[in-house]
Amino acid sequence: MIQVEGLTKYYDDFCAVDRIDFAIQKGEIIGLLGPNGAGKTTTLRMLTGYFKPTAGQVKIKDFDIQEDIVAIKQLIGYLPESAPLYPGMLVYDYLDYVASIRKLTGDAKAKRLRRLVGLCGLQGIMHKTIGELSKGLKQRVGLAHAMMSDPEILILDEPTSGLDPNQIVEIRDIIREIGREKTVILSTHILSEAEATCDRIVIIHQGRIVADDRTENLKQSGSHTRRIHLALQNADPADAIATLNTIDGITATASPGPDGILGLTLTCRGTDDPRPAVYAAIKATDWVLVEFVQQTKNLETIFRELTKEN
Amino acid sequence: MHQVSHIMGKELKDFFISPIAYIVISVFLLVTGWLFFSTFFVFNQADMRNFFNLLPMTFAFVVPAITMRLFAEELNTGSYETLLTLPVTFRDIIVGKFLAGVVFVSAILVPTLVYPVFIAMMGELDWGPVIGGYAGAVMLGAAFTAIGLFASALTRNQIIAFIMGAVICFALTTMDRMLFFFPTPALNVVNYLGASSHFQNVAKGIIDSRDILYFLSLVFLGLYAAHLAMQEKK
Repeated sequence: MIQVEGLTKYYDDFCAVDRIDFAIQKGEIIGLLGPNGAGKTTTLRMLTGYFKPTAGQVKIKDFDIQEDIVAIKQLIGYLPESAPLYPGMLVYDYLDYVASIRKLTGDAKAKRLRRLVGLCGLQGIMHKTIGELSKGLKQRVGLAHAMMSDPEILILDEPTSGLDPNQIVEIRDIIREIGREKTVILSTHILSEAEATCDRIVIIHQGRIVADDRTENLKQSGSHTRRIHLALQNADPADAIATLNTIDGITATASPGPDGILGLTLTCRGTDDPRPAVYAAIKATDWVLVEFVQQTKNLETIFRELTKEN
Repeated sequence: MHQVSHIMGKELKDFFISPIAYIVISVFLLVTGWLFFSTFFVFNQADMRNFFNLLPMTFAFVVPAITMRLFAEELNTGSYETLLTLPVTFRDIIVGKFLAGVVFVSAILVPTLVYPVFIAMMGELDWGPVIGGYAGAVMLGAAFTAIGLFASALTRNQIIAFIMGAVICFALTTMDRMLFFFPTPALNVVNYLGASSHFQNVAKGIIDSRDILYFLSLVFLGLYAAHLAMQEKK
């Protein structure tokens, strides 16, 4: 569906996007993740033809972005970051205008507008000026704008920014629903959102792709060091560390907490599961075990590892 | 063509919604009305020559004030991005905005039509130069709209867009009255480049292909420069 090769963008001599390649299949929901200024928006702007790449190729279906830009724009519905729409226009007038540009007329236009009003929850604001809407409502108008032509590819730049938690859930549902048949690319810096909505996650850092995998694979990847968190009552820090360090492959660090509870983090080398040995060691003492958690790697840790400043 | 008409329709609607447009119309009518009628009775002649003499100068300031928002406002609010990612070409956008500007500039001339009607009631008015004058005004308006559109495409600041547009239009208007500043070999060229003389020719009722060609080339140059400015922004 979408093929990107060696895509590069320089702003003067600052390299915003540096030779990225990826391919997106039909029906995938892709999450573009990255810290601020990583090049997410620039990448999306190049995909939608708003920016001209300094180098590299974008192919969407069989169209090349340099030659068939209008054909590509017809396939894509795009919601730019923070939905910049005409502040002076009425919501209805604006959507009507976009529908006309998208070549909808008569009954088809009226039907599509009604459908989008229902889908994006625009009832009761159609007669308002866009400028007087709250950020969340404006975002929804932008979403309706992007979905106007029922596009094959939907590109959303931070679609849930400025929305309240209920609206975020609603928008996620809409995105997942669309993603069953259409291709969706969304950028976000909210990790839980990407985790909840996307089939595949691409992490960008300093203009380069640092990870590109299915969401569940990504969560299992990373280095193989295991971490176990313990909380003990009634234990002396030095004593506890000495006892636990005797177990093969374990390094313990202590952090005393409130109410005489001692927090411990065990870093484990090797592939064997050390938990039985740890439990046995604690059982032999008179310490009270109040917490015993193996930390699984979540997206957040992976994200932090991959995008740490060097 | 389809897309051009939608963009033009939207821009026209915007013109008539925004208060700036009405302010510009009021100022235009006040200035031209006062300058024209303050000397009208002194000359005691039933014609509009004075009105059309002043028109290029007022247009040099009024038209850029109308066109300044066409691109600058979109660049400033960011709606430029939504516009450019709709399935339209640069040409659709530029031509649509240009035509909307020309229609609006023509619309601000409509209230001045009461002048010839009023003059005709008081004396014998020769309608030929009046019709020529209005035709010339629309052509001049179109040329200045194209220039203003270009100025607007250069910046996200409407005031800068206005000043740049006004400076170019003002220079074109006054050029053929500043001939003594130019060396003799350049006189013919400079004289041809000035907008006033071409406008006055048309306003006298002489339809010469050179004058029409002049205005058409200004329109083309302005629109092409705006196209280049958009290309540069990518």
